[in-house]
Amino acid sequence: MPTSATPSASATRYAAPDATGHFGPYGGAFVPEILVPALDDLKAAYAEAQADPAFDAQYRHLLREYVGRPTPLSFADRLTDHLGGARIYLKREDLCHTGAHKINNTIGQILLARRMGKSRIIAETGAGQHGVATATVCAKFGMDCVVYMGSEDMERQALNVERMRLLGAEVRPAVSGSKTLKDATNEAIRDWVTNVGDTFYIIGSVVGPHPYPMMVRDFHRVIGEETRAQLDDVEGRETPDAVVACVGGGSNAIGIFYPYLDDTDVDLVGAEAAGEGLNGRHAATLSKGTPGILHGAMSYLLQDAGGQVELAHSISAGLDYPGVGPEHAHLRDIERVDYRAVTDTEAMDGVKLLSETEGIIPALETAHAVALLPDLAQQYPADAVIVLNCSGRGDKDMATIATYA
Amino acid sequence: MSRLTDTFTTLQQRGETAMGLFLTNGFPNPESTVDLLHAIDAGGADFIELGMPFSDPLAEGLPIQRSSARALQHGVTLADAFAVVRKFRERSETPVLLMGYINPVYRFGVEAFCEAAAAAGVDGLILPDLPPDEGALIDDAAQAHGLDVVYLIAPNSTDERIQAVDERATGFVYAVSMTGLTGSAIDGVDRVSAYLQRARRLVTENPLLVGFGIRSHEDAQHLSTHTDGFIVGSVLINEVERLWDETDLPLQERLQAVEVFARTLKHGAPAAEATG
Repeated sequence: MPTSATPSASATRYAAPDATGHFGPYGGAFVPEILVPALDDLKAAYAEAQADPAFDAQYRHLLREYVGRPTPLSFADRLTDHLGGARIYLKREDLCHTGAHKINNTIGQILLARRMGKSRIIAETGAGQHGVATATVCAKFGMDCVVYMGSEDMERQALNVERMRLLGAEVRPAVSGSKTLKDATNEAIRDWVTNVGDTFYIIGSVVGPHPYPMMVRDFHRVIGEETRAQLDDVEGRETPDAVVACVGGGSNAIGIFYPYLDDTDVDLVGAEAAGEGLNGRHAATLSKGTPGILHGAMSYLLQDAGGQVELAHSISAGLDYPGVGPEHAHLRDIERVDYRAVTDTEAMDGVKLLSETEGIIPALETAHAVALLPDLAQQYPADAVIVLNCSGRGDKDMATIATYA
Repeated sequence: MSRLTDTFTTLQQRGETAMGLFLTNGFPNPESTVDLLHAIDAGGADFIELGMPFSDPLAEGLPIQRSSARALQHGVTLADAFAVVRKFRERSETPVLLMGYINPVYRFGVEAFCEAAAAAGVDGLILPDLPPDEGALIDDAAQAHGLDVVYLIAPNSTDERIQAVDERATGFVYAVSMTGLTGSAIDGVDRVSAYLQRARRLVTENPLLVGFGIRSHEDAQHLSTHTDGFIVGSVLINEVERLWDETDLPLQERLQAVEVFARTLKHGAPAAEATG
């Protein structure tokens, strides 16, 4: 571990979740009884793994030798000049093997699955990045893999479907409801309920029942930990003035935010998907949602007056989800993170901005965070530092980008 | 004494097993639900589970997924469920439990929900994604309004867990027959029997009922040897769907067929019906 958070002595250390997996009122484990023993086993196995230096060593080894960590913290000089404000750094998760941060988590979870003696892996995926990251580690470890994906997403992320198949995974379409990430998650949970004995469910974001939100966060905190050390090297300080990341379920955002939560002088900004606008179809759960329970946890939720889950909309399949990780709900309520909503059109501008100034085509998800940079750069003085979590590369989105009017 | 407890006590005294039947509120359409409840009541249901449809019913197999989606297309709400029970209560004292996912209940307001449910004549609640660990959300409100809260156990539940669920549950303990979704096939009667025998030994505070995957009178007989009764949902939903999709069938014939279907589940094929 390169470094650790150094909050002032007087500050109360951030300590969520509690022993039962609650982040303030959020989180928990709202699951059918069949999954209770599975989650108990998982909690025990994870606690054991955390206490075992060999587990951490294997995880770190794979991150270094297989994923390609540490990922660079690149100074975005032309973007900084172009925006004419604070200096912008990019945490290059797009350079991780498979093209996004998602693999940090799938490496961690597959090591756990093997420790627990599970033979079969299932996952849900929206944009396909988590599906690819899961199929990849399954290929690497020779394990059976089934990925559930909304049939609409299979169409708009066809490239990732082919990647998963090439990696040996079976991609099963979810055809109910909105045919996107929410429904893929329903199907994955149904599979898990049915095959709970031999199956490990690799959840792709900081969502789902306890201990997933905590565990997935822990497997991604390496992003923020590296950022601290790298920033110290180039700027002589571990803490930037602001960190910005996109939030769907919220895994890349938590990964880079978490090691900064106790540094209250660091502004944390999350970009969620406003789709066609907050008065139209959108996926801005934290801006427009209300507390509710979906997929095993209490969090903010897009729902109607009767508590039925509403369909989300975003141009980005990875953000097209009516829920959000419970820790983000908590961080919103305690006002530690400032969540802002970014429209499809603004995100598309973000794609162009980063592509043209830095030669980096970001994923549509990441582009939502990029879209906040012009305003943010102006909010801070020229000697301030902003870190953008460049969570994924945009190759998978070329079809969507090319056809966007 | 709750209506539900009375029912189990009476059945026990008679040496009979209880049959609980599940129907989704608003399926196949809101107009038919009260009539359907009366039909299964007449067919011998000892208690009724009225399903409150949810957009994301993640423990359900296809029949109940479909019935939920169809009911939601009709715009069915929790208020409609209360109205249905109130109407049903005009002619029947058969216990009714509301069954559904926690989110609509939470959104409605747990206290307001329990109050309205009790006022409508509801006897208890089954909330499959609210395990006892999260039960604090509803236990007090339910108890204050005299509603039983049924919790579930599963074949992979430990002995300690089954005992803890029994401690916490009121009304009855719901033994899920297999690790799977509603309506799935039961994998091996012997395995299920062994699990139910274990549960029988551990569940001492409440009646024990078995559900999930029971498709026939024979299934029900097999599995309820070790329990106080059984619960059927998916095959009844399938039957209703079939009857209502047959366009030129008069309503009375459909309801009559549902009544016979219920009676057959309880007592076996019509030949044995004379006793019922």
